[in-house]
Amino acid sequence: MTRITVTVDGQRFVDDVEPRTLLVSYLRENLGKVGTVVGCDTSNCGACTVHLDGRSVKSCNVLAVQADGHEVTTIEGISTAGGLHPMQQAFHECHALQCGYCTPGMIMQAIDILTDNPDPSEEEIRAGLEGNLCRCTGYHNIVKAVAQCAAAGKGGE
Amino acid sequence: MIPAAFEYVAPTTVADALAALAEGGDEAKVLAGGQSLLPILRMRLNAPETVVDLGRIEALRGIREDGDALVIGAMTTYADLLASDLVREHAALVHAAIAEVADPQIRHRGTIGGALVHADPAGDVGAPVLALDGELVITGADGERTVAAADFFEDLFTTAVGDGELLTAVRIPKHTGWGAAYEKFVRVAHQWSIVAVAATVRMDGDTIAEAKIGLTNMGSTPLRAKAVESALAGSAATATAVGAAAASAAEGTTPPSDLNGDADYRRHLATVLTRRAVLAAAGR
Repeated sequence: MTRITVTVDGQRFVDDVEPRTLLVSYLRENLGKVGTVVGCDTSNCGACTVHLDGRSVKSCNVLAVQADGHEVTTIEGISTAGGLHPMQQAFHECHALQCGYCTPGMIMQAIDILTDNPDPSEEEIRAGLEGNLCRCTGYHNIVKAVAQCAAAGKGGE
Repeated sequence: MIPAAFEYVAPTTVADALAALAEGGDEAKVLAGGQSLLPILRMRLNAPETVVDLGRIEALRGIREDGDALVIGAMTTYADLLASDLVREHAALVHAAIAEVADPQIRHRGTIGGALVHADPAGDVGAPVLALDGELVITGADGERTVAAADFFEDLFTTAVGDGELLTAVRIPKHTGWGAAYEKFVRVAHQWSIVAVAATVRMDGDTIAEAKIGLTNMGSTPLRAKAVESALAGSAATATAVGAAAASAAEGTTPPSDLNGDADYRRHLATVLTRRAVLAAAGR
C-alpha cells in the first residue's frame, strides 16, 4: 500500500491505496464520488473525465498514486452554493443529454475547453470534445450548450 | 479492468530513477504520462513487478533553447508543447503533429518522451522528430549518449533505449521560419493514424528550397520520404509540381495491412497526404 494525500472537490483526503488503483476507482470506491462514471474503461470514451490540477484528464487512465499531492475536481465539486454550475445549467436548458451517462465527462471537458478558449467556434467546441463519446448521438445539443455557456461568459467559473 | 499488482517507485531525480530501474531489472517498467502504458496494464498485456514513475522528476520537464536547437525534456506533455511559443517558432512541425494526437485529455497527460520510447508506428510524434533530424538524449549508468532519430527507431515498439536506460531529452534543430503541416488520415475521431504525413518546407519566394517529410504508419518505424524530398528541392510550389514529386512518397515503405486498409491503400494514401501536407506547409 502507498499513502497518498489528495485534495478532491476542496476536501483533503489521506488514504492508503494499492499502487495499481486507478484514480476513477479511488474516487468512486474509496471516496464514494460516484458522480464520475466508468464508461469504456479503455481511455476512449471520456465519461470518467475529471480535472487534475485544473486540467481535464481521463481518470481511468491515471493511477491514484499519480494524484498524490495534487488537486482533483469531479462533477460533484463544480456547483457553488448548492446551485448548478453554469455549464450544468446550460446542459439542462439545451437538453444536452439523453441517457445522461456521458454527461459528467462531457461537462468536465466542456469546462476545460472554456478555460483555454472562452469564446470557441462551433468547430473548436467539437474538436475539444473529441475525446468524449455520446452513444445517444446527442452531440448537437451538447455543442449548443457549450456555446450558450460561453456566450454567457461563465464557462470557467 | 485493473492492472496486476506492482511495486510503485516515484523518484525525484534521474539518478534515483536509474537506480530503481537497475534494481527492478527486466521486471521494471517506466511510467511517463501513462496514456499508452495504463491501457496496456489494465488489459494485462504487460504485468511488470515494478513501475518507475518519472512524473516527480521536475528536471525532465520543459523546453529551452540551446544554440541552434530546442531541448525538450522527455516528460514534457503534449499540452505544454502546444502552448510553447518556442516550439511554434522553431519547430512548427512538432506543433502541427502534436495538435493531432488523440484528444485534449490525453494531451494533458501524455509526454513526448513516453510516446517516442513506446514507438508505436501509428503514433504521431516519431515522424516529425525524424523529419526535423531530431536527436534523442539517452541516459544510463555510464552517463549520456545522443542518438540520431534515424537510428533511434529500430522496430515496432523498439528503440535504441537499452535496459536500464532512460530517454531524458529530445533535441530538435531549429527550423525557424519553415512552414509545416501534418496530414493525418483517420476514419473516426480520436483514432490512431491509418497513415499520416509530416511535412516541413523552407520557401524561397514561390520555390521550395528544401523539404523534409516524415511518414507515420508506413512501416514498422517512422520513415523519411527521401525521394520526395529530393524531387521537391528547388521545385515550384504548385499543385502539379508537388503532386508529381509526391507520387514517389511510398517508395521504399512497407506499410501494414489491417482492417483500416491494406498496404496498397496505404501507399496510395501516402502520396495523396504528402501532396496535401507539402502544399499546406508551403502555404498553398
